[in-house]
Amino acid sequence: MANFAKPGVPRFAVEVYQNAHLPEGGREVNAIVTVTATGGGTTGETPLVPHQSPVGVAARPAAPAAGVVVMVDCSGSMEYPPTKMRNARDATAAAIDTLRDGVAFAVVAGTHQAKEAYPGGGRLAVADATTRHQAKEALRKLTPGGGTAIGTWLRLADRLFASSDVSIRHGILLTDGRNEHEEPEALRTTLNACAGRFTCDARGVGTDWEVKEVTGIASALLGTADIVADPAGLAADFTRMMESTMGKEVADVALRLWTPQGAEVRYVKQVAPSVEELTGRRVESGPRTGDYPTGSWGDESRDYHVCVRVPSAAVGEEMLAARVSLVLPAPDGGPAQVLSQGLVRAVWTADPAVSTSINPQVAHYTGQAELARVIQQGLDLRRSGDVDGATAKLGRAVQLASRSGNEDTAKLLAKVVDVVDAATGTVRLKAKVSAEAQMTLETRSTKTVRVKK
Amino acid sequence: MSQLPRPPQLTACPVCHEPLEPGDNFCGGCGADLSAPPPGERFPAPSGTPAAAPGRRAAGRPGPPPGADASVPDPRAFGGVPAQSAHGALAGRGDRPRPDGGRSPLPAANGTGRTCGACRSGMIDKDGYCEHCGHAPRERDHMEHQLPGVAAVSDRGLRHHRNEDAYAVSTVPLADGGPATVAVVSDGVSSATRPDEASAAACAAARETLVTALPRGTDPRQATHDAIVRAAEAVTSLAAPPPPANEPRQHETHRQENAPACTIVTAVVTGDLLTVGWIGDSRAYWVPEDRATQPARLTEDDSWAAQMVAAGLLSEAEAYADERAHAITGWLGADAYEVDPHTASFHPDRKGVVIVCTDGLWNYAESAERMAEITPPDARSHPLECARRLLAHALDGGGHDNVTVAVLPFPLPPEGAGSA
Repeated sequence: MANFAKPGVPRFAVEVYQNAHLPEGGREVNAIVTVTATGGGTTGETPLVPHQSPVGVAARPAAPAAGVVVMVDCSGSMEYPPTKMRNARDATAAAIDTLRDGVAFAVVAGTHQAKEAYPGGGRLAVADATTRHQAKEALRKLTPGGGTAIGTWLRLADRLFASSDVSIRHGILLTDGRNEHEEPEALRTTLNACAGRFTCDARGVGTDWEVKEVTGIASALLGTADIVADPAGLAADFTRMMESTMGKEVADVALRLWTPQGAEVRYVKQVAPSVEELTGRRVESGPRTGDYPTGSWGDESRDYHVCVRVPSAAVGEEMLAARVSLVLPAPDGGPAQVLSQGLVRAVWTADPAVSTSINPQVAHYTGQAELARVIQQGLDLRRSGDVDGATAKLGRAVQLASRSGNEDTAKLLAKVVDVVDAATGTVRLKAKVSAEAQMTLETRSTKTVRVKK
Repeated sequence: MSQLPRPPQLTACPVCHEPLEPGDNFCGGCGADLSAPPPGERFPAPSGTPAAAPGRRAAGRPGPPPGADASVPDPRAFGGVPAQSAHGALAGRGDRPRPDGGRSPLPAANGTGRTCGACRSGMIDKDGYCEHCGHAPRERDHMEHQLPGVAAVSDRGLRHHRNEDAYAVSTVPLADGGPATVAVVSDGVSSATRPDEASAAACAAARETLVTALPRGTDPRQATHDAIVRAAEAVTSLAAPPPPANEPRQHETHRQENAPACTIVTAVVTGDLLTVGWIGDSRAYWVPEDRATQPARLTEDDSWAAQMVAAGLLSEAEAYADERAHAITGWLGADAYEVDPHTASFHPDRKGVVIVCTDGLWNYAESAERMAEITPPDARSHPLECARRLLAHALDGGGHDNVTVAVLPFPLPPEGAGSA
């Protein structure tokens, strides 16, 4: 496969796993698309003053300019217990220590409003020994007090990113409570406005926050969500997040999907490393072509499940059911740069032995997506008091996790249910389940494992 | 190649010759459907209904027979360059899932601007698929060849899922130093198995026999007879091996009676002599350049309708309106009653072209006069263009069947003056 990437942009490889054979009259084509980005050249230091190249991405510096805004919850609840605020400060300091020289950064103190904790003046600082030290000094002045309106934090982060021309824009958001001082609609509006402008990881510390709020923020902003139940674990988690951000080499990559005339895209989801529904995020980009955002990429691999309904054709016919490409939009709005592509095919056959076999990757990720769904449904039913319904759903989850070798999820499930027989999915709900166990399971329910090869 | 040139709209019903108004979708006389099929009906499954003897094909209703025949050649057998080069073997396609979806780039596929044979509105992209409907073209879906003195076009048409027609064209030097041109056209019988292989085998065998015999000085009529006999043997031999495992609709008990079968028609121009030979209902027409003179059909169908007319039992109109009209009474194949090649020679006394075609064309221009009407005036100097125009006429008429046309200018163009 031809490689279109220029130095400075990771090389993208696309692999397609599918059973291309359809029975007579068959229309639905499923494929797992594995996208792997490698070798962007992260060793060079980011220039102090990132400059916009007039000729576009091809001439981008070897390590692109990155900017990070850390949003720390400073609401009154952070005081209980006091270790929470102290751990948040320490974690942010650890994250700042992880910043590469030259990376633009800022710290936002979040309450019912957002304040610039560092550097101030509506701009980003450029990381070096001095600014890192100054930022950590500023962290000491953070004191808890006030409410929680996360949308205001995100809007301030967006303004700070806009003051700079960094290409990779990433936020890290920490909260310990519910978004109580803002209408849910206001947060949704903010997320819609910020989507595509920067990416953001979200973390809930303690157990008083709302799982769906935190996962919703990460999902909308193409980042990760997790629980840090014990504040003592924050520093390690922040360091990992920052290292991952420093590894990003290219931003705003889109998954472009071409489908033939008369075809219908049933869904497009990311299925590894976690399940993320992308179907509704399509932006039309040409005839029969739409783009789905994937955010920024470092050296990493992700899997996507593409399901397309094509017009049926006669036995013996072959059709291109979808062309999947990774594209980088041109800064000047010109034609996007195609990083790599793969082809999803459909071949009609009269041989049932061929057309009925399910590709192992497709089967595996169909199971992983169901696993995420039944965990969510089971926990919702459990909260609403439907013991039988919850038992059935969580039993199915145990079965799927066991069968697919998703051990992390199986362990989390075992804290919520007593497993009688994992193979058949026979479980009993535990009478007492800690909030931490339940929230951890819910937050991490979308985590998937790859096919055992 | 971009879109095929479009001739004027049909002026008469291809079935009953009732005059039509512009924009008619159905014939006011016989009710025949004149419009292109809706997309959903583009690939009807072959009916697979075996016809009762003596007819080989069951025609369900008047007009172009559903699930009828087609033919295809082996492109390697021709001197010309395929207009659509294939990007994969016809057989075995789809048996090799490639993880990266990568398709080896084809030498001829880099922006040659091939039009998709499936939807006819998109172009084939560098990956070998239509940019519009996604279909992968198959090499026999649309083929063209041009040699000095002969051109041919074959197309899947609009209703059939594959092209079962075939053709073969050649020019060979004769013993006296003059050239001979050869065209063979064959139409696979759809109700039999592997009709595409039958027509390809028939064309290859007939062409081989002709280009071997003619330079030796064999009488063209004798060579034509031998070529058809050889073609029949080639088709018969296809019945012997068991069919491939993935052959759809294979009924073990019918294998012998459903043996691969096809029609054949040949035309040979040698000096001032024109020789035709045929079995079945593929035809040859003579269209003089001076349209004031009489065109002629040079072949007599081996078909139910033709037999009824010849026996004086029905008028031509009555015979062709009958649902059995297109059932053929002679064919090449293991289950043929006897192989009795028809041959005829002519000494045309004026300039013109020989049109050799399958019923996918003549269903839309049955009489010699109609065929002459739709043949461009400059057919003799531009035979390939002529063949394309005749194909376009059949497609505009509905393209119910595979369409194959070969055009041979008469007399042969002088050496080195071949139309390019």
